[in-house]
Amino acid sequence: MKKIFGRPRSLKPTPTHYCPGCGHSIVHRLVAEVIDEMDMRGSSIGVPPAGCAVLAYFYFDIDMVEAPHGRGPALATGVKRVLPNHLVFSYQGDGDLAAIGTSESFHAANRGENITIIFINNAVYGMTGGQMAPTTILGQKTTTSPPGRTPLLDGYPVQISEILAQLRGAAYIERCTVNSPAAVMKTKRAIRKAFQYQMDNRGFSMVEVLSPCPTNWKMSAVDACKWIDEVMTKEFPLGVLKDIGTKETGKEKKS
Amino acid sequence: MQGNCVIGEAAIRAGCRFYAGYPITPQNELTEYMAEHLRKAEGGVFIQSESEIAAINMIAGASAAGARVMTSSSSPGISLKQEGISSMAACELPGVIVNMMRGGPGLGNIRPSQGDYFQATRGGGHGDYRTIVLAPATGQELADLTMDAFDLADKYRTPVMILADGMMGQMMEPVVFRKPKPRQYPDCYVLKGAGDGKSKFIRGLILDAIEMEEHNWKLARKYDLISRQETRCEIHEAEDAEMMIVAYGTAARVAKGAIRRLRSMGLKVGLFRPVSLWPFPTRELRELSEHIKHFIVFEMSTGQMLDDVRLALQGFANIDFFGRPGGVVPTPAELSNVVSRRYPQKDAYVDRFLRFKVVEGPFGP
Ligand SMILES: Cc1ncc(C[n+]2csc(CCOP(=O)(O)OP(=O)(O)O)c2C)c(N)n1
Ligand code: SF4
Repeated sequence: MKKIFGRPRSLKPTPTHYCPGCGHSIVHRLVAEVIDEMDMRGSSIGVPPAGCAVLAYFYFDIDMVEAPHGRGPALATGVKRVLPNHLVFSYQGDGDLAAIGTSESFHAANRGENITIIFINNAVYGMTGGQMAPTTILGQKTTTSPPGRTPLLDGYPVQISEILAQLRGAAYIERCTVNSPAAVMKTKRAIRKAFQYQMDNRGFSMVEVLSPCPTNWKMSAVDACKWIDEVMTKEFPLGVLKDIGTKETGKEKKS
Repeated sequence: MQGNCVIGEAAIRAGCRFYAGYPITPQNELTEYMAEHLRKAEGGVFIQSESEIAAINMIAGASAAGARVMTSSSSPGISLKQEGISSMAACELPGVIVNMMRGGPGLGNIRPSQGDYFQATRGGGHGDYRTIVLAPATGQELADLTMDAFDLADKYRTPVMILADGMMGQMMEPVVFRKPKPRQYPDCYVLKGAGDGKSKFIRGLILDAIEMEEHNWKLARKYDLISRQETRCEIHEAEDAEMMIVAYGTAARVAKGAIRRLRSMGLKVGLFRPVSLWPFPTRELRELSEHIKHFIVFEMSTGQMLDDVRLALQGFANIDFFGRPGGVVPTPAELSNVVSRRYPQKDAYVDRFLRFKVVEGPFGP
């Protein structure tokens, strides 16, 4: 019998700790599938964050090295400069990337660092119990914005992808989601493209994934998927924010 | 060669191939040296990072990927690096961190000081860990100890700090670079991608309490081994000494000048100079106290190494203290004045319990 679906080689046969309906487990699988398809399992190095994905090294069957909260892009930079032919990515939540690690993300993008960030935007701090994130939507209730986020007290949701897309070192940035089968396939294509850009030495690439956190949004998994379409994408429109194109040259290696 | 550049050259010769740093006075020449020379070395990577936090994490990543790595900074920048140093200690990633200390807490000033002793020798960051700390006092030692630092970092898979100050960094002295030892760092600790085999991970996060405890005990055993095997010190003019100055780094150089003066006045004074600040040469210092009963600790701080001296001597000798903490380097004349005023009291009652006095600084008691 022909096998048409199985566990990607780049994932360990380990059940994850993620909540039902969480986007992390879907994105893990997509990243692993792409690594397999690109035949990069043996030469990939991942950098997991502090956040719900902190245990990613138990799930991915590739080499991984932990980073302190927010510092993933700096660590990945160090790895990549020593191993320029490897696929190096950091995997980060919105608290990790858009709050404590803004500086590291911004400057890795600006240096055109040949790494990829997989950016999971679930509009809250999942791991620490649902506090407000820089990406929390106006009006969204969290444990630290109980009446709902207001610009006056809490500022505005940060559109990180739009900001990083402004930087000249950024080669490819796309915002996707994983709230429907079609969206999942699209996200996978984006991850594939981001990794391909990296392997072609095009510069910095990032895929932002609007990802459900039913637990902290206090919704069912189905409602969380709907909420992404109805509310989240209004603040964070889906689509390609930066693409320097595949045609240009750029094959020469960065030192 | 200028002190900062000596460290850079020694590091490159020792096989350092990755440096990340952020400018701060008084160590900029080191960053600049690496920018110029490491880039030219085969496989050498220099990055001017966006912050000290990024720099330490960049070297952590490069270390995980198997390179010999270094970063450098001065006091306020080292405070920012502490998160990363703690993380490297937890993940058992080797790396060399240079601290050219400057004056004061906060921004302080850019003058030489020794105010970061506590931070350097007590771990500095959060958690139960130690950093090997080496304190050079000459240009030659800047070269030799930098090379040693890389070997120690690899041997124990831990961050090693070179603790000096702005004065050491700026001073010009002739040095001879010795041949570095071949690197001994097994591949099994390096991430290179899983290849066809099993994947590896490097982590310090261990959610299971029992596992975390095991990991901490493992680290503790390592620190214990280091403290038994890696203490270093210089003992100078101790044979007939009736009183010993205890000082490290720049202060020890000043002390040597003072000792020449004191000896010419007929006062029998020697110097005990810790070269490894952690592990502190406790045993060596205690052995001296068997025949010398009067010590004066001299630091460019309000008295930090003093704690380690007290722990070593445990009340079996008199301990005085003299320090100037403002970024001032006291002169040998000033120090010898202080010492000669204390000298006649060398036979004072030796308490079984701790007894030390802060003696005259400019703002005194
Ligand atoms: C220096 C530091 N500050 C705070 C924390 C606590 N902390 C752990 S994860 C996290 C935020 C996680 O949120 P996010 O990055 O959005 O990821 P998610 O859990 O939502 O996937 C925080 C604040 C930490 N581990 N380290
Ligand atoms: S708290 Fe949210 S982000 Fe974390 S595992 Fe649960 S659903 Fe996923």
